[in-house]
Amino acid sequence: MKNCEALIIGGSAGSLDVLIKVLPSIDIDITFPIIIVLHRKKGTDSLLSDLLSTKTKLTVKEAEEKENILPKTIYIVPSDYHLLFEKDFTFSLDYSEKVNYSRPSIDVTFQSAAEVYKDKLVCLLLSGSNADGVNGLIMVKEFGGEVAVQNPKTAQVDYMPNQAILRANVDEILDVELMADYINKLN
Amino acid sequence: MSNLPSIDDEQVETLIDDVLDQYGYDFTGYSRASLKRRLNRLYSLDKQVSFAEFRYKIGSDSVYFKRFVEQITVNVTEMFRDPNFYKTLRDNVLPTLATYPFIRIWLAGCSTGEEAYSMAIVLKELNLLHKSLIYATDINPTVLEKAAQGMFPLSQMKQYSENYIASGGKADFSSYYSANYSLAKFDVDLKEKMIFSTHNLVSDHSFNEFQLILCRNVLIYFDRDLQFKVLQLFDNSLDNLGFLALGTKETTDFSPISKRYKRLEMEKIWRKTVNEKL
Ligand SMILES: C[S@@+](CC[C@H](N)C(=O)[O-])C[C@H]1O[C@@H](n2cnc3c(N)ncnc32)[C@H](O)[C@@H]1O
Repeated sequence: MKNCEALIIGGSAGSLDVLIKVLPSIDIDITFPIIIVLHRKKGTDSLLSDLLSTKTKLTVKEAEEKENILPKTIYIVPSDYHLLFEKDFTFSLDYSEKVNYSRPSIDVTFQSAAEVYKDKLVCLLLSGSNADGVNGLIMVKEFGGEVAVQNPKTAQVDYMPNQAILRANVDEILDVELMADYINKLN
Repeated sequence: MSNLPSIDDEQVETLIDDVLDQYGYDFTGYSRASLKRRLNRLYSLDKQVSFAEFRYKIGSDSVYFKRFVEQITVNVTEMFRDPNFYKTLRDNVLPTLATYPFIRIWLAGCSTGEEAYSMAIVLKELNLLHKSLIYATDINPTVLEKAAQGMFPLSQMKQYSENYIASGGKADFSSYYSANYSLAKFDVDLKEKMIFSTHNLVSDHSFNEFQLILCRNVLIYFDRDLQFKVLQLFDNSLDNLGFLALGTKETTDFSPISKRYKRLEMEKIWRKTVNEKL
């Protein structure tokens, strides 16, 4: 896709390693924001932002409620909240029930973004041991967005990308080495 | 089956207008992303088939309207949620208030009461409960009925006990409740100092002066203007040198009241500074 307005990367078990490999090669002049939804323990937010910010020159920060979503910025969804998108391109946080035993839930964020960014949205689903994110990908497709998954063969835990390939009409299946290049071309 | 949401943005606005006209409940300042998600959730939970019927049912059936309010607001809560927050209350905030003859606490948006019982336990352990009063309010009468019963799922107790210990609790958490089938019934003396009442932060006024106000994970559902309005309400309801506590992702920054408030390090707790007369 060209002129992407937002890239959302979702992942669970085994996806932090992927991010650590991919982030250093992402161009600093990308014209869209990257939002990262990772399943993890609660209360580990600053650790994750700190770790990821050592891997890129782009600004890395936790997504805050009512914040304007800016390009060239990597937003980390805080633990224990769902992240939603408002029509005016700001974030909302939500403390509602877990979805797929998860909060943040990848489905919730993908679905909310699908409605706001429509065909200007790209979602990428990485390694993981449950299917959170798959329904989200289906909805992103229905709104005209593009969806990609990590090649299950390269995933530490292949259940999540496999489910996506089975159930969603995935546009791209990416090896880890090719992810940065794919992302850089979304400009 | 299609994944597409049944209720669109325009229909969300229609329902907000209807509910304001017919029941006087004002959701115009609420986050649309959350409202829309909750409305679509309710629509499919209740197997609604058309927007027109859904709209009619909300507008004409006051019993269903009650369900509507319950379902579009988010009531999820926990005991001793964010243990570090309760630790700061225990070690810092409440000992400061201990010098007062009487401590009035307002829990705004208390949901099913887990926060109120957590607060009562800390007060009791600090030997302050006898001179405290906890006003626990919410927009939703159904959650308040639950709160007044003080019974929570037994299955949650392991988690709550861990939270309690992490927050600096030293007693045996299970000494505060008795198991009753699948429920944990909390000691009645904990709720002796609680007053439950409906209060709508959007439309109701200040009703007392407090030394401590907690409003956690409610403002995230409001837009900036409504957040400022509600923070102003808290400011009007808080004694000088009183404390205001918000959820971990909420802030008084950016709001007009922020200049009078000094944040306690680390936690989302602010202290109102004395208003020096010029
Ligand atoms: C997510 S719960 C927070 C519960 C608890 N304070 C906590 O942090 O765990 C949000 C609560 O705010 C209440 N609420 C929503 N709008 C309100 C309003 N206008 N006035 C008062 N309470 C409201 C809801 O009914 C719900 O119980």
